Amino acid sequence: MSGPQREQVPVTARALAWERRRRALAGFWREYARNRAGLFGLVGLSVFVVLAVAAPLFVDPGELSVTGAPGRAHQPPSLAYPLGTDTFGRSVLDLVVWGARISLTVGFLATAMSVALGTLIGIVAGHFGGWTSAVLMRVTDWFLVLPPLVLAVALAAVMTRSTLTIIIAIGVTVWPATARLVRAQTLAVEARPYIERAWALGAGHAHVMRRHVLPNVMPVVLAQTTLLVATSIIAESTLAFLGLGDPSTISWGGILQDARNAGAVSSGIWWYMVPPGLAIALVALSFTLCGRALEGVLNPKLRERR
Amino acid sequence: MTANAERMDAAAPAALTPVLSAEGLHVAFKGRGRRGSARAVDGVDLDVHAGEIVALVGESGCGKTTLARALLGLERPTAGRVAFEGEPLRYGMRPLKTYRRRVQLVLQDPSGSLNPRHTVYDAVAEGLRIHEGHTADERDRVAAALSRSGLRPPERFFLSYPHELSGGQRQRVVIAGALVLEPEVIVADEPVASLDASVRGEILGLLLRLRDELGLSALVVTHDLGLAWNIADRAAVMYLGRVVEVGPVEEVLASPRHPYTRALLSVLPESGADSPVILSGEPPDPTRVPAGCRFHARCQVLGSGQADAAGVAGRCRSEDPGVLSGGTATQVACHWANA
Repeated sequence: MSGPQREQVPVTARALAWERRRRALAGFWREYARNRAGLFGLVGLSVFVVLAVAAPLFVDPGELSVTGAPGRAHQPPSLAYPLGTDTFGRSVLDLVVWGARISLTVGFLATAMSVALGTLIGIVAGHFGGWTSAVLMRVTDWFLVLPPLVLAVALAAVMTRSTLTIIIAIGVTVWPATARLVRAQTLAVEARPYIERAWALGAGHAHVMRRHVLPNVMPVVLAQTTLLVATSIIAESTLAFLGLGDPSTISWGGILQDARNAGAVSSGIWWYMVPPGLAIALVALSFTLCGRALEGVLNPKLRERR
Repeated sequence: MTANAERMDAAAPAALTPVLSAEGLHVAFKGRGRRGSARAVDGVDLDVHAGEIVALVGESGCGKTTLARALLGLERPTAGRVAFEGEPLRYGMRPLKTYRRRVQLVLQDPSGSLNPRHTVYDAVAEGLRIHEGHTADERDRVAAALSRSGLRPPERFFLSYPHELSGGQRQRVVIAGALVLEPEVIVADEPVASLDASVRGEILGLLLRLRDELGLSALVVTHDLGLAWNIADRAAVMYLGRVVEVGPVEEVLASPRHPYTRALLSVLPESGADSPVILSGEPPDPTRVPAGCRFHARCQVLGSGQADAAGVAGRCRSEDPGVLSGGTATQVACHWANA
C-alpha cells in the first residue's frame, strides 16, 4: 500500500520531465546491457560510425580518384595496402572506409524517411479509421505488393542520378511494412480506457495521437527502425551494384560493381570483392542485433525467451 | 439514515436549474446482421442538481454506462438531449472541449484508465495541459489535486508509474486528474467496483468530502445498492434503458415501490426481507424490449397474481408505463405501484 520511496523531488515541471527521462533512460540501458548480442551489435555499429565520421582524418580523398591513385592495379594485400588495390590502383581499405560514409548515410536517411512516412500513415489510419483508413491502407497494400527492388530501380532510373534519388527510392519502397505495423499497434492502443479518459478530459485528435498513441507505438517503431536500416543499406548496395547509384560517389555496392566489371571473380582478386561484401554483412548484422535487443527491452514478453 | 438526512439539507437549493440533465435521452446501437438495434438508453429524464450526489443503480447491461458516456458527450444520443445548466450540449470539437472542462468522468477501471507510460504527474497534469497548456503554477495545482485526493505527500508520487501503485492509489490518481480542472460535476462510472472493501470506504469518503468542500455534484453509476445508500442523496433505478424508480435515497431504498427495486433489495443480506425474490424469465435484452411494461416478463408481482388482483395485469402486458420526468420528486414507473 505504501507509495514508492523517492529520494528527492525536483521543483519545476520541466525539471520533473527531465528527471523522468533520465530515469527512463537509465532503466532502458540496464535492460539493454543484459543482452550480449545487442552489445556486440552496438559495438560493431559504433566502430563503423566512428570510421565513417573520422574517415577524412586518415584517408586522403585525392587518392580515391581514379587519376590520383597511388598504387598499381590489382596489387595483393601488403603493408602499404592492407587490403590490396583495385583496377585503378586505389587502396581497397580506403575505398571501404570511405564507402561506409555513403552506405550509412543512405541507410539512416532512407530509414528515417520511411519510418516517418510509415508511422504517420499508420497512426492516422489507425486513429481515424473508416474511410481514411480504407484509402490509406489500400495505398499501403499497393506499395506492399509491388516488388520493392523493381519499384526502387524504376524510381532510380526515372530520377536524376544522385544519392538523394537513392534515398528517396528506398524510403518510398520500404515504408508499407512500418505503416501496417503502426496501424495495428494504434488500434490496440486506441481500445484502452486511458484513451477514453483523455477524450473525457477534453482532448482533441492531435493530443490523443501525440501524447497517447505515439509514445505507445514508439517501441515498435524503434525496433523496426534498426531492422530497416539494415534493409536500406542492403538496398542501397543492390542499387549501386546494379549501376543505379551515383557514379561519382564511392559506396560498398559501387565497389562490388566495379569489382565485377573488372572480372575480379574470374581472376581471383578476392581482396577487391570480399571487404565491401563483408562490410555490408557486418553492418546489417550489427543493426539487426541492436534491433533484436531493442525489441527485447521494449517488449518484455520477448525477454524471457532470450 | 440521519447522515443522509443532513446531507439532504446541505443540498437544499434544488429547485434551481439542474446542473446536468438528460432530457428524453435515447441511445441506440445499430445491430449487426439480422439483430435489431440495441436500445441501450431508451428514454431517460434525469437531473443532477448542484451539490447533489445522484446514484444510478441497475444490473449489468441496463444502460448505466451508456447513459454516463452520453452525459459526457462520448456517445451521441439518437434522440433527446443532454443539457448542462439548462443549455443543450453541442457536439462540435470546441464546445465539447469547453464542456469537458466542467464535467469530468471517472472510469471504472483505474488500472486501464491511466496510460502506463505516463507518470502520475503527467496523468494528473494532462487535463490542465489540454485546456491551458503549460502553466507556471502547474506543479502546485497537480500537488493540490493529489493531496486533496488523499495522496500525501504528493511529491512522493510525481514520478511514479501506475504499475508501481496499488488499485486504490490509482483510482485516487484518476480522481485527482479529474479534480485538477475544478469541475462542477463528476460522472463516476462504478468508481469503486474494482477496489477492495477497505479502499472503497476511503474513495467514497473522498467523494463525500469533495462534495462538502467544493460543492461538487456527482452522478455515481453503480450496481451496488449499499454504495448508493451510503453516498447518494437521490437514487435512480435503471432497468433495460429506462429509469423505473427515482427519488430520495431513503425512500427508494428503504421503501421501494417498483417490483424491480424490491427484487434488487431483497437479495441484500441486510435488507431484512423475508425471502429473496429471484427474478425468473429471460435476462433483459436491449435489442428486444418487451411490449407493455418492460419489466413485465420478469415481474414477481405480475407473476404471483398480485397485479391481477389490483386489476392492472392487462395494462402491465400492453401499456408502457412511460418515461419518468426529471426533477427531485419520488416517482415510479409501475402500473401496480401507481394503482
